[in-house]
Amino acid sequence: MNALLERPPAPAAPALPLTVRAGGPLQTLDRRPMAPFAAPVLDFLSALSHDLLASPDARRHPDIATFAFWCRRGHLQPMAEAWARGPARVGRGLVLHIAPGNVPVNFAFSLAFGMLAGNANIVRVAEVERAQTTVLCAALQRRFADPRHAVVAARNRVVQYARDDTVTAALSAQAAARVLWGGDRTIAHLRSLPAPPRCVDVAFADRYSLAMLDARAVNEAGSQALADLVRGFFHDAYLQDQDACSSPQLVVWQGEPAACAQARQRFWPALDALLEREYALAPIHAVDKLVQLCRAAAALPQAQSSVRHGNRIHRVQLQSLPAGIEQHRGHAGFFFEVDTTGFEPLAGVVDARLQTLTTFGLDRQALARRVVELGLTGIDRIVPVGQALAIGLVWDGHDLVSTLSRIVEVP
Amino acid sequence: MTRPDFSGWLARPPYGSEAQAKDAAMTAAMNELTEWHATQCAPYRRMLTLLGAAGHAARTLDEVPYLPVRLFKEMDLRSVDAQAVFKTLSSSGTTGQQVSRIHLDRDNAAMQTRVLGRLVGDALGHKRLPMLVIDSPAVLKDRQAFSARGAGILGFSVFGLDRSFALDADMRIDLPAIEAFLQRHAGRPLLVFGFTYMIWAHFLQALRERGLCLPLADGVLLHGGGWKKLAAQAVDAAEFRRVVQQCTGMTRVVNYYGMVEQTGSIAIECEQGRLHVSDFSDLIVRDPVDFHPLGVGQVGLIETLSVLPLSYPGHALLTEDMGRIDGIDDCPCGRRGKTFTITGRLPKAELRGCSDTYERAA
Repeated sequence: MNALLERPPAPAAPALPLTVRAGGPLQTLDRRPMAPFAAPVLDFLSALSHDLLASPDARRHPDIATFAFWCRRGHLQPMAEAWARGPARVGRGLVLHIAPGNVPVNFAFSLAFGMLAGNANIVRVAEVERAQTTVLCAALQRRFADPRHAVVAARNRVVQYARDDTVTAALSAQAAARVLWGGDRTIAHLRSLPAPPRCVDVAFADRYSLAMLDARAVNEAGSQALADLVRGFFHDAYLQDQDACSSPQLVVWQGEPAACAQARQRFWPALDALLEREYALAPIHAVDKLVQLCRAAAALPQAQSSVRHGNRIHRVQLQSLPAGIEQHRGHAGFFFEVDTTGFEPLAGVVDARLQTLTTFGLDRQALARRVVELGLTGIDRIVPVGQALAIGLVWDGHDLVSTLSRIVEVP
Repeated sequence: MTRPDFSGWLARPPYGSEAQAKDAAMTAAMNELTEWHATQCAPYRRMLTLLGAAGHAARTLDEVPYLPVRLFKEMDLRSVDAQAVFKTLSSSGTTGQQVSRIHLDRDNAAMQTRVLGRLVGDALGHKRLPMLVIDSPAVLKDRQAFSARGAGILGFSVFGLDRSFALDADMRIDLPAIEAFLQRHAGRPLLVFGFTYMIWAHFLQALRERGLCLPLADGVLLHGGGWKKLAAQAVDAAEFRRVVQQCTGMTRVVNYYGMVEQTGSIAIECEQGRLHVSDFSDLIVRDPVDFHPLGVGQVGLIETLSVLPLSYPGHALLTEDMGRIDGIDDCPCGRRGKTFTITGRLPKAELRGCSDTYERAA
């Protein structure tokens, strides 16, 4: 009907030295955007979710199960309806994703975000293959091969290549948006690769996260509530060995000193009991934590003591919160803790690097209002303990559907 | 506090103490050193505070607070003024890796040499022998920052005469130099020294390729520096010995275990093939997960203790080597003390977290 819509996909650059892990050759990529939450995308993600949840892989990899559960129609459909009530939107075109290597399912989330915002996507997965990468690429490939999902298959590729600026530069030069995951230096480097003038970059750089627990709430929690709290914290902190940006590094106790002391006596031993049953500490991490303790001793005059629970938990008590606390990360169960009353002591040291605040027994809406009122540069998420790793379409303070699509305005 | 002084220990035989007396002497020495470094090195004092070990003495050797050896790769820890530093040793990291920096003052360096002399003398005899180093003279070029290899060569050179190098600047076998050395010392006992992997990769392989056998039957080969790279090539101590004998005729092959962080107080293999802890040092094997001390025969993480470190707080160090204690005061060679075996390195962990990606060289 319309010759413009019938034109073949734009010819791609000459073949690049990369491996396509899911999807057809790059030259056949269809870069034409669609509306956010387009039906073919919801159908595809729903089918993918179904496949993954039905496979034994989801039981082996809880992170794959989390992704599959996130992609199910029942979760995405209400969002689709909410977005449909807004102004007319369309994806930006081709989105290039440089995915993180160490939270292995995040490449799939990044891809799903790009799809849901209405884009064609090229996702570069890290060179070091993880079991989850293999499982997810195979699942994507199976559904791409299904003719019912041809529209989505034509627009999406997962690729793998050694760190190579020529490849990344060639892909960047065609990108309408880039989603960049990595350390600060990596982000700065990737941003220096030229992209079209209207290209939008979303950078997920290194972040720092903390938990804020109300001492009285911990002290008054029944045994089930305490068990849930401890399990949630375990999930947030230990599932990714505390290396996820949203895993807590710092535990801020809210309350009078005596109440805080009592709460610590309830919380940490309960966590340790859970760890003893369910967490296998790698010996190298035990040594890492001793190194961290010595490092903290030398670098932080505010550190006054430490408690170790069989090397499973190292916690360092701070007399007060130092500026620059976000420079001190833990790993595999190493925490700083401090007693405070009110939000102000924390507000005084909040830096743009702060991402997730997980809470227990506190009014999250009130805390969010304080972040705004005080004009803080950090804290993008305030979620209950247990939800730290729950990635979604709003992440790091970005609304990804908005950022990765454009409004077609009719004033 | 006055500086601890263990030079009196040099008057005693290096493997003379039986277990109980050794434990008591070593624990007392360690307490003295912990206190010394706590008064001299502020970051160390802070570490003791956070470890909960400040201000009270260890009752047993395994209670002595220890630092992870890796810390010396991250931090400059000194217990003497910067002006007193006489030389700085660095471990031999491959390019890009962080290396340890160990700051020595004159007394500490001198004591290292004296203890090393006692231990090597006990193993090889006190007469200085013509010395052939299986390495390149280029390793000694940078006198400012000694690499572990350079420090090792210099340290052991005091036991040799007419030190000569068997490899050229490009780590190729230097046959004319070796022939000249052998001509000068024909028929005399010789000391051949080098690092295990360098000997294997640059000396023995070169000899094998050329089908050469050097007339070194009168030599004793002293070597150390770790088996990690050789283990990766499936070469163990027996295979190493076999090829040494095949290519050089040497039947006396003596391995030692030591680290730049505790230079001097090395453990040397006896005639029975066991590595011996001397009276100047000690060794504890710990559970790799919770660090509780393990008994004889149990494999775990190695902690090494040494009375030598005075200019830096390195008297008790948790290494990343795995091994086991094989016996205490029971080696048929007659030396007292612990004997042990190194079984490997602590495996590296897979990283998790979100900041890998385009990674590491950007």
